[in-house]
Amino acid sequence: MEFGYSEEQKMLDESIRRFVNSEVPLDRIRELVLEGTGYDEKIWSGLAELGVLGVLIPEEFGGAGMGFLDATIIQESLGYVVAPAPFLGTSIMAPTAILAAGSDDQKNKWLPEISSGNLKVGLGLTEVTGARENAGVSFSGGKANGKAMFVIDGECADGYILAAGKDTLVWVAAGAAGLTKTRLNTVDNTRGVVELVLDGVEAELIGTQGGEAAAVQKTVDAGRTALAADLLGTSQRMLERAVEYAKERKQFNRVIASFQGLKHTCADMAANLEPCRAMVWYAAHCQQEIADEATLLACQVKSHLSEVSTPIANDTTLVHGGMGFTDLMGLHFWFKRIGLSRQLLGSPEAVREEAAVLQGWVAA
Amino acid sequence: MDFNDTPEEAAFRAEVRGWLDANATRIDPNETGSYEMFSENDGDDVVKQAQAWQAKKADAGWACITWPKEYGGRGGTIMENIIFSQEERNYHTPQNIFGIGLGMAGPTVMAHGTPEQKAKYLPSLLRGERIWCQLFSEPAAGSDLAGLTTRAERDGDDWIINGQKVWTSGAHYSKTGIIVTRSDFNAPKHKGLTYFIVDMEAEGVDVRPIKQMTGGANFNEVFFTNVRIPDADRLDEVGNGWAVSITTLMNERMSIGSGFALGPDRIFEEFNRLAQNTYVDGIPAVENHAVRAKIAELYSRMKAMELTSNRVLSSISQGKAPGTESAVIKLAMGALNQEIAAFGMELQGNLGTEHGPQSVFNNGLFQEVYLGIPAMRIAGGSDEVQRNVIAERELGIPQETRVDKGIPFKDIPSAASR
Ligand SMILES: Cc1cc2nc3c(=O)[nH]c(=O)nc-3n(C[C@H](O)[C@H](O)[C@H](O)COP(=O)(O)OP(=O)(O)OC[C@H]3O[C@@H](n4cnc5c(N)ncnc54)[C@H](O)[C@@H]3O)c2cc1C
Repeated sequence: MEFGYSEEQKMLDESIRRFVNSEVPLDRIRELVLEGTGYDEKIWSGLAELGVLGVLIPEEFGGAGMGFLDATIIQESLGYVVAPAPFLGTSIMAPTAILAAGSDDQKNKWLPEISSGNLKVGLGLTEVTGARENAGVSFSGGKANGKAMFVIDGECADGYILAAGKDTLVWVAAGAAGLTKTRLNTVDNTRGVVELVLDGVEAELIGTQGGEAAAVQKTVDAGRTALAADLLGTSQRMLERAVEYAKERKQFNRVIASFQGLKHTCADMAANLEPCRAMVWYAAHCQQEIADEATLLACQVKSHLSEVSTPIANDTTLVHGGMGFTDLMGLHFWFKRIGLSRQLLGSPEAVREEAAVLQGWVAA
Repeated sequence: MDFNDTPEEAAFRAEVRGWLDANATRIDPNETGSYEMFSENDGDDVVKQAQAWQAKKADAGWACITWPKEYGGRGGTIMENIIFSQEERNYHTPQNIFGIGLGMAGPTVMAHGTPEQKAKYLPSLLRGERIWCQLFSEPAAGSDLAGLTTRAERDGDDWIINGQKVWTSGAHYSKTGIIVTRSDFNAPKHKGLTYFIVDMEAEGVDVRPIKQMTGGANFNEVFFTNVRIPDADRLDEVGNGWAVSITTLMNERMSIGSGFALGPDRIFEEFNRLAQNTYVDGIPAVENHAVRAKIAELYSRMKAMELTSNRVLSSISQGKAPGTESAVIKLAMGALNQEIAAFGMELQGNLGTEHGPQSVFNNGLFQEVYLGIPAMRIAGGSDEVQRNVIAERELGIPQETRVDKGIPFKDIPSAASR
């Protein structure tokens, strides 16, 4: 057993960290959040230059041909700096769906474009993970109709992959006739989430109609695992900032970190977060290597990271006192991203329920 | 013990309802009210509407039920006050922006002011004509409030104030402030403080907004440059400012713990509405056992808090000072509201991340609480400070060793240099 990064993965981790730390400064985040598109040309082209946008895409389609763990390494770093970048939709979920269900033509058409950074893809699968009345997309005769509620990375997307029901995947081009896009105002604006209304929109089937339940599930699993990695990075940065601040700020003539009450708060955060890392690694490994466990681990890692991250968001803010509540400190970008990631692709209770069903504790 | 209205209380309640029916619109129980927490609420309109409502209440004798009539109050009982608030929250009323004045400054002036000060300040405070703010915290003195260094120097009949305050909520629309200053750097830390009422329109007061994580700017930095305060506006003795501050802080804890929270019934209604309209496994969430159990749990915890705060009010009505219970309430409320927000968002799934009154469910109430709670756990003394209050004052656990006691403030290591 070797439970850890390979040499190549360590190098990937270092280079992506170096990139995000220099190219995604807080001031830039502040501007981008006001724009609310979840996208920045410079960050995106930088990621393209690093060759990581095609991390999950085989070399024959212009990708890097790396593995899922590599993808989570990148996602974790993006979470660490709360980067507005449509990586989750474009580089993780879309390739997963296309590789699982797409024809060779489709792979040739879309995957190289994704790898090079020319094609950004929004993912509308939330009807699968949390259906609501009067939402949902239907597909027949080459046309899609209905409403896709919570389309991940949709604001800046050039095309969308939407689930029609639980077993059909379609491609819709941005700007297609009959398509109306509305940006959703969410608690977090580092991601551009949209709602799509489709009125007889031309759509292209990916795979077969009614035959892609497994591909849909695989895409959801990939998204959840990546979101867990994103949460890991976001929480890790919050914890670091709590510790940095607590070691500097003085009250009662001593650094506040020296108060046991606060020291223990920081230690608890670390103790809760550390075990998450192994879980993210293992869940990522399963996505590629252990098919039997992929869905279960995706559920577990997503719900667990959500639960661990929420108090980290709160306590880190608390450690900063009044400063924590200011826009200036910028901690809130992390706080809010955790709030959104927690809910995306299934909130913890809902996802745990799926895990319980998978483990055979209750009938589905 | 008796929880039923006495015949007098029942008559009082009927009278309150009659007046409210005539002067405000009752909230339809099926509709979600709006809710804002530490967000920007300082538009001129908001201030004017709030003042108009407060004046209306004052004219009818409902403004400060427990305050003496000579200051515009009703001379009523705490119970009557509770009854009025219970009834008032069933009606649409403007945002209450008088919390600091009515809940903190007023009681402090009442406890420590001279008859002249009470006559001068309380009536306009009560009517909402002059809005008050609290100038306590400084950049280097938050939890360690007694470490403050804003300087007050005597000059004839005046005091001259120099220094900086921070996190001053509502300073931008306040006309009056309560301020703690250091008047003697040679006295020990807690002995050299003096407390004043300050005119926010005086020369040398500079208010600068601080943008919050919620986007609004409800708190401010306030700079004092050679600001003159007449000695007549000093509250209590020179050097007794710490004791006066404690009065304010105890009242603050009470009002943050109970004031910024939704009562159990409102919480229950909001959850109920939400759970009727969201689905778990294809059936309405409200029919799910785990959902119901969780809502019931949150309700009972909130109920315990409401009852405890009523118990505290009842003991205050018997002349006791608010004690450490208010620290207990504030501490518990922070954690409880955080859970309420998280569960409310949870039930909405993805839609639980929508922000703003256009949100699909409950006008975004749970999201608003989620974003606001960190402030509730900090303002008025952080969770850790409340824990210290409970441990040291209630449980008699010794304080940590401190280097700042019993020596002149200027000699405390690092204090003088700040
Ligand atoms: C929304 C909001 C509104 C406010 N409004 C006002 C206002 O109107 N007027 C006003 O005067 N102030 C106001 N405040 C300020 C508030 O009272 C202070 O923020 C608070 O007292 C904490 O002080 P600080 O911000 O300096 O944090 P710090 O005191 O620096 O605290 C930082 C961290 O250290 C911890 N800590 C400090 N001391 C100890 C200890 N002994 N043991 C363990 N942990 C410790 C704290 O718990 C906190 O987690 C407001 C604050 C907020 C957030």
